Amino acid sequence: MRGYLPDFDVCVPASLGEALALMAQAPGTLTPLAGGTDLMVVYNAGRLKATRFLDLSSFEELRGIREEAGALTFGALTTFTELRECRAVHQHFPNLVKSARATGALAIQNRGTLGGNIANASPAADTPPSLLAYGAEVELRSVRGSRRVAYDRFHLGYKAMDLAPDELVAAIHVPLPTGRGFHYFRKVGTRQAQAISKTCLAAYARIEDGCVAELRIGVGSVAPAPIRARHAEAVLLGQPLASLPMAAAREALLADISPIDDIRATARYRSVVTRNVLGHMLRELATL
Amino acid sequence: MADRIDLTLKVNGADHRVSVPPFARLLDVLREDLRLTGTKEGCGEGECGACTVLLNGRVVNSCLVPAVQAQGALVVTVEGLAEGENLSSLQAAFLTHNGAQCGFCTPGMLLSATDLINRCPHPSDDQIRDGLSGNLCRCTGYAKILDSVHAAAAEGRAAR
Ligand SMILES: Cc1cc2nc3c(=O)[nH]c(=O)nc-3n(C[C@H](O)[C@H](O)[C@H](O)COP(=O)(O)OP(=O)(O)OC[C@H]3O[C@@H](n4cnc5c(N)ncnc54)[C@H](O)[C@@H]3O)c2cc1C
Ligand code: FES
Ligand code: FES
Repeated sequence: MRGYLPDFDVCVPASLGEALALMAQAPGTLTPLAGGTDLMVVYNAGRLKATRFLDLSSFEELRGIREEAGALTFGALTTFTELRECRAVHQHFPNLVKSARATGALAIQNRGTLGGNIANASPAADTPPSLLAYGAEVELRSVRGSRRVAYDRFHLGYKAMDLAPDELVAAIHVPLPTGRGFHYFRKVGTRQAQAISKTCLAAYARIEDGCVAELRIGVGSVAPAPIRARHAEAVLLGQPLASLPMAAAREALLADISPIDDIRATARYRSVVTRNVLGHMLRELATL
Repeated sequence: MADRIDLTLKVNGADHRVSVPPFARLLDVLREDLRLTGTKEGCGEGECGACTVLLNGRVVNSCLVPAVQAQGALVVTVEGLAEGENLSSLQAAFLTHNGAQCGFCTPGMLLSATDLINRCPHPSDDQIRDGLSGNLCRCTGYAKILDSVHAAAAEGRAAR
């Protein structure tokens, strides 16, 4: 059964400043509402605990993709469709385009936002692995000011984030890669559209003198939150493409992930397939 | 209990004013306040596409859109595709090529296909599959829907 409609209220503040002031007055009582593609599903299922919402959708400050100071800045309200349609994103961050394309179907991509994808904190969300791979930073805003957090330190556990009850995700900053780059994204779901990931892996590597000079691997659906595969990264860093320690990297990945059984896949499936996807990525990297 | 909110929206070219609960869904405003019952509710969770409409020119699942976010918006529903008695060429093609059986998915299919052809006038099979991937059909097996979209695209001026 859907939630009981008269119980719910939505506040539409005139400005972002007013919205932040409202959040500061009674922290935690107002739930930000962006594209609604997560919240409305929970509401329609009658499981939404929150009853008071703060509509963010009219705030221009939270929109748009800009290039500044060697990074692309994505307003929190950037939709998956905007990611798919932006040339600079195709040019610099192909994994983000693939994440966006792999998310739901068109109608979801037109409404769902990057900020919502992050703040919903699903371990199975599809942009987080790419954001982790690209070394993104999250900009948080409240009446107290704004601060930045490295995205790989933002998720603290299952649905736990470094996000105070009076703070909004305002923007996501992603540094532009330099040098010779390798980009990889692979999502495994039941079908190509409308499927939540069973496992998802994104990687970015910078290659110098035939070796892995920089590497970040982000994985989804295999831990309580999206995570970096730091053990696997450590095994590969500095190694020549000609002789990547593939078996050792696959083994090391086991120390990074802690998959569980759920309706979408078993822990064993996730563990095997995530390692296979890493293997696939490394074979592509080796032939770069 | 929260007060009602007043919304104005332009649906299929006509201005409407409604007074609805603050958290009303666009789907319910269309079906219940405006009596545009062509738009269907299947799953209520964004999966099936039966509730697809165009919101400011983009396909959305109206079951997931809080109506408050449609304030001032342009909405096109299946009722807005035909001009009087003249079906859009997509609608006509769905008829000729049996793109509809029970018809429950059809309004959503038509809106997604209209949007697809507006963006991509001569879609390949894969582009049609991508454009309609958020619309489920339990009857046709999709082949006839693909035929219909191809036929309308071949005719050139598929939609509005
Ligand atoms: C059919 C369907 C398929 C889907 N498929 C996928 C998929 O393949 N991959 C995937 O990753 N996701 C998928 N999703 C989930 C969803 O579309 C995404 O997580 C989307 O990015 C959520 O964004 P939103 O703006 O709609 O969030 P909302 O529903 O508006 O909000 C989600 C959460 O984030 C909070 N929030 C939103 N914006 C902010 C902000 N700026 N600051 C602080 N908190 C904020 C809200 O309070 C809420 O808790 C799917 C959803 C549906 C219905
Ligand atoms: S009813 Fe909206 S997507 Fe199924
Ligand atoms: S015609 Fe029956 S669901 Fe598509």
